[in-house]
Amino acid sequence: MTSPAAISSTSAAALSVTLDDIGRTFPGATRADAPRRVLREVSLEIAAGEIVALIGASGSGKSTLLRQVGGLDAPDAGSVLIGGSALTGADQRCAVAFQEPRLLPWRSIEANVDLGLPHGIPRAERKARVAELLALVQLTDAAQLRPRQISGGMAQRASLARALARGPGVLLLDEPFGALDALTRLTMQDLLLDIHAAEPATILFVTHDVDEALYLADRVVLLGVEPGYANNSGAVIRSVITVPGARPRDRGNSSLAHLRGELLEGLGVSTHHPAHTF
Amino acid sequence: MAALGFLLPVLLLGGWQVIAVTGIVPAYRLPSPTSVFLAGVDLAERGQLGQFVGISVQRVLIGFVAGATIGLVLGSLVGLSRVASAALAPTIGAFRAVPSLAWVPLLILYLGINEDSKVTLIAIGALFPVYTTVAGALRHVDPHLVELGRAYGLTRLQLLQQVQLPAVVPSIVSGLRLALAQSWLFLVAAELIAASMGLGFLLSDSANNGRLDRTFLAIVLLAVLGKTSDALIGLLERYLLKRWT
Repeated sequence: MTSPAAISSTSAAALSVTLDDIGRTFPGATRADAPRRVLREVSLEIAAGEIVALIGASGSGKSTLLRQVGGLDAPDAGSVLIGGSALTGADQRCAVAFQEPRLLPWRSIEANVDLGLPHGIPRAERKARVAELLALVQLTDAAQLRPRQISGGMAQRASLARALARGPGVLLLDEPFGALDALTRLTMQDLLLDIHAAEPATILFVTHDVDEALYLADRVVLLGVEPGYANNSGAVIRSVITVPGARPRDRGNSSLAHLRGELLEGLGVSTHHPAHTF
Repeated sequence: MAALGFLLPVLLLGGWQVIAVTGIVPAYRLPSPTSVFLAGVDLAERGQLGQFVGISVQRVLIGFVAGATIGLVLGSLVGLSRVASAALAPTIGAFRAVPSLAWVPLLILYLGINEDSKVTLIAIGALFPVYTTVAGALRHVDPHLVELGRAYGLTRLQLLQQVQLPAVVPSIVSGLRLALAQSWLFLVAAELIAASMGLGFLLSDSANNGRLDRTFLAIVLLAVLGKTSDALIGLLERYLLKRWT
């Protein structure tokens, strides 16, 4: 593919992320509704350059936590530090790729990726950088197309390229491959690892897919409500699993099987296995 | 296929000519197409036709541009800012609820019977369709795209330029289209009530003098002008939709 050196020259250094006792409660939809607590006492240290997966059942606050890190939403308790310093609004040291590609329909793919570049870069340099990124996500041929003219997988790649354009210290991905077919998804996972090798940003990503988490992440964080607590008591970190083995990992690796079972159980899915002994 | 649209007008014209020539309806009630055409030639030779068409088009254009601009500004304010919406929307809504022709006596009293009062009435007619569509569309811009803009560090002004306005371009154009139709409506109203020139004046003056051929001429001209201006905006719409979606 593209030479990694060309890309890494444009990126900032990876930054660490510190979550300290984060809590987030949303007011009820009407005055009569009780406030809904989504996150409670979430603390996590993510090293610079680390890849961390957030998994949890639907509504367990994964996306909410990701939005706290990007500064798109502010916690009502605790604090977030990026590279050791506090967040400043929608923090420009982070880049977000949302669950939906969110491309501007009236702009070409090229112009959409350009939106991700930091402000104040000369035009010629912008053009070159966008071309580099499009090559990286294999969209060079689609540069002049509009979002409605490309497939869902291509749109997701464009959204990823836009996030990378920022040269982010922290890359936040909210179910980036969720809407893709199984095959495209596997290709995209490898692409993400290539990108991480080329420009080692810290990556925090939300996923529903246990296999995806185990294939990509250094650590997997399981979010969920503690047993015995009411549903709106807020999700906590139920467990943090360190995934063994260097990437790229063998997708068929049987030593990950027990971790898979553990995570699925944590998600409340029956594995239909006889009780494991770890 | 486009030629199919001309079939019905040609048939209507033919039927009209037949009815008029055979005398089924007497000429003082229904002048023939030929006599309407000749009335037009006659007015043109006196130099009045060009003058009437010109002054009417001028009034519509000035009133439409003024009203649409004010509507665009008010609509943007109300659509973008919750504070402005809370402060302005109820009052604007109340003014909108007044049938616009109700302003005529006041306009004539304050501005007199001149260009100002006519153009103002047309502007009032053009203002509200633009205001309503723009305010509504801006309020409903995909919140996902707005959040995207925020996440990528766009300032409020950049957000407006790069996300919110492009997202509502199609609505703005359909608002403009409605406003233009309203402008012609209010032009005729204004000229019927008090004017010494223009197509609305031609309409009322000729009806009063029994010159039904000229009345028909005015109606045909209004149809042609209205349809032409609408087609021009339609072209603009097609271009913008291609550019912005």
